[in-house]
Amino acid sequence: MSSHDHTKAYLIVWSGLLILTILEVILAYTSLGVTVMLVTLLLLSFVKTGLIVAYFMHMKFERRSVFWALIPATVCCIALLSVFFVDSLRILELGN
Amino acid sequence: MANSSAGLWGGGGSPFAMGSKKLGMWLFILSDALTFSVMLFAYSYVRVANPDWPRPFDGHSIFWASVMTFCLLSSSLTMVLAVGAAGRGDRKRAVRWIWATVLGGVLFVILHTNEWMGLIHEGVTPFDNPWGVPLFGATFFTLTGLHMTHVTLGVIYLGVVAWGFGGGRFNAEDVEVSGLYWHFVDLVWMFIFPLVYLMSNQI
Repeated sequence: MSSHDHTKAYLIVWSGLLILTILEVILAYTSLGVTVMLVTLLLLSFVKTGLIVAYFMHMKFERRSVFWALIPATVCCIALLSVFFVDSLRILELGN
Repeated sequence: MANSSAGLWGGGGSPFAMGSKKLGMWLFILSDALTFSVMLFAYSYVRVANPDWPRPFDGHSIFWASVMTFCLLSSSLTMVLAVGAAGRGDRKRAVRWIWATVLGGVLFVILHTNEWMGLIHEGVTPFDNPWGVPLFGATFFTLTGLHMTHVTLGVIYLGVVAWGFGGGRFNAEDVEVSGLYWHFVDLVWMFIFPLVYLMSNQI
């Protein structure tokens, strides 16, 4: 690993993260519907997370087994938490 | 020890090619990721269930929240540069970059505290607020408070690492491990910022 190349990659990733953040702020002031805005903001955040984990947290330069052992199961667990939204929608529609 | 077990299971002495400190930090990060996810889901849950959720953040607060995001992102950049310098054995430069990271963290905490004081001044507390949705304050202060605790602890952690690495008591791996923690704290903010701030701005 030549660290010189990495410095350049880090600067590019940092600029990318800043641009995505500015994009999110601009998006928040447009008149998109709540659902579209939420989905777009979340997608942009997932991209930012990917960049941070891959480059800043060095996941891209680790052995693949690290990624497969740690990340998919955690993401799956977190995604399963969405099951609770059924109940919040029930409260919204039917009351407590 | 590694060799004898390698013979039994055939997976090699170090299946992840990673030191135990670093693997330990990754495992901590995963458990912490679940903690923050649950907080964010709880926040989103009560928010979806409340049609009159308040939107207290005006352009001024969004601007300062964006500056806070900039502080954290830039401190992540200085942290990877510190890890890079430490890996090359450049102790002096690594310590300088770590202190730059600490500065970013301290700025974040100062700006965040300032924002909290403004909200408290408006009458937003964990149990009550002027808009009659007490769950707003409860979830807002729990979520951002837990995050701010992580940043504060991270600042102390990085200070200790900078001090120890400069004095030769810590090695490059310790710097890398502290970097993982710091990037994770940055990563969590990448979800709090859009979900809590941008989705509650005053248009």
